[in-house]
Amino acid sequence: MSMPFYVAPEQVMKDRADYARKGIARGRALVAVRYDDGIALVAENPSNTLRKISEIYDRIAFAGVGKYNEFDQLRVAGVRAADLKGFQYSRDDVDARSLANQYAQILGQIFTHEMKPMEVEILVAEVGAHGNDDQLFHILYDGTVMDEKGYSVLGGDAEAISGRMADVDRSALTLDGAVRAATSALSGPDRSLTCDDLEVAVLARSNGRRCFRRLTDDEVAGLLGS
Amino acid sequence: MAMPFFTPGDDPGANFPELLRRSGLAPSDALLAAAGAASASAGKLDVPHATTCVALRFDGGVVMAGDRRATSGNLISHRTMEKVVQADRHSGVAIAGAAGPAVEMIKLFALQLEHYEKVEGQSLSLEGKANQLSMMVRGNLPAAMQGMVVVPLFAGYDLLRRTGRLWSYDVTGGRYEEYDHAATGSGSLHAGTVVKVGWRDAMSADEAIELACRSLWEAADADSATGGPDALRGIYPVVATITADGWRRLDDTDLATRYRAIAEQVREQREVRSS
Repeated sequence: MSMPFYVAPEQVMKDRADYARKGIARGRALVAVRYDDGIALVAENPSNTLRKISEIYDRIAFAGVGKYNEFDQLRVAGVRAADLKGFQYSRDDVDARSLANQYAQILGQIFTHEMKPMEVEILVAEVGAHGNDDQLFHILYDGTVMDEKGYSVLGGDAEAISGRMADVDRSALTLDGAVRAATSALSGPDRSLTCDDLEVAVLARSNGRRCFRRLTDDEVAGLLGS
Repeated sequence: MAMPFFTPGDDPGANFPELLRRSGLAPSDALLAAAGAASASAGKLDVPHATTCVALRFDGGVVMAGDRRATSGNLISHRTMEKVVQADRHSGVAIAGAAGPAVEMIKLFALQLEHYEKVEGQSLSLEGKANQLSMMVRGNLPAAMQGMVVVPLFAGYDLLRRTGRLWSYDVTGGRYEEYDHAATGSGSLHAGTVVKVGWRDAMSADEAIELACRSLWEAADADSATGGPDALRGIYPVVATITADGWRRLDDTDLATRYRAIAEQVREQREVRSS
């Protein structure tokens, strides 16, 4: 009778984590940063149709990096959960914290029980009625949730980009300042990114009920140029 | 509530009502059961009814207008009902019929449009939206047979064809595109006639708004279930325009001015007669 090889659980977890991290590191990064009227989300994404950033609900946005089909599946599940909750209770009862917890449950479950972990990192951002209520939940491939203040960086080379974001003076950021800071943090010192390489959206308090708005290439070019 | 996940072959896609059914939250089933029970025990169900709405096309968009009264039999059950509702950025719905199911239907319809837009990443075409509403009205047919009829109007700005368009419906979900104007509800005969007589091709937005206000005035004058402008309580009809720039609802001060002018006109006519 053949016996399966024994593999230590530590080794199994480490292998899975390495696998997920490698997948995520291959992709391009994304930065979310708070500014005076809400949250700006800036992703390096040459595609104009396959989105990394999208709307979940009135005040909530979703952003994902890594494997597109996997984070898109999570995005759609989030839209469904939010719309169902808003229908069953009220629009005011849909919140980012609860969504982030549900995402964490699912990612944690898949990480420990499935053959292959999801090669994604996601962000659930919620813009509050006032500036100090803004929330950024950063969720990793294994279900780890981080409640981040001020800004959040996802994807490959996140450490270096975070380092550059930490140097930014965020005390009185306007939209153009936020987009420029995020873009230069993403590009680093050795290259420059133009509006064609970027996907930019905002959750703006001044936008009415649905705070989410995508910026067109022209708008982004204007913000970067001014 | 668990986050809804589906296997690829079994995915409801961007269909929100189907998602509700899968999640056991579909409203129509419960409503239908209640309607069945009520009609078996009490004969005809006496629920609040919403009445008159009109929609007409002008150069660059459409105007929708509806009075604010809901009635139960011969009683006024609600004075501030909003029967003309924004469905999304470029469309609106006006309802007549049983108020409860109608309001629920509009809520679900607006949600479906938003849900589709978010899941698919782009809005439905205007015709697609009209079709969706048609399916919802058809879905209400069993309840309509129990007396809970809902007959909406749908209007919006078609971004592809760059024009305002409007549709009327019947109880069975029949969907009829109207070229110029439409009216629904108990006062629709009077309101519709005023619009029909006053309508001209390529009207300006202001003229179309004026005509819509006047049509509701005449409907309220002749139909007891239609509410007129209520200057005492500051309640005026809901009037909105939909153009390429989106939905815009007129504010009450604007409507108060317009209705004062109409009242003045009517008074002048009487003075001519008596002098």
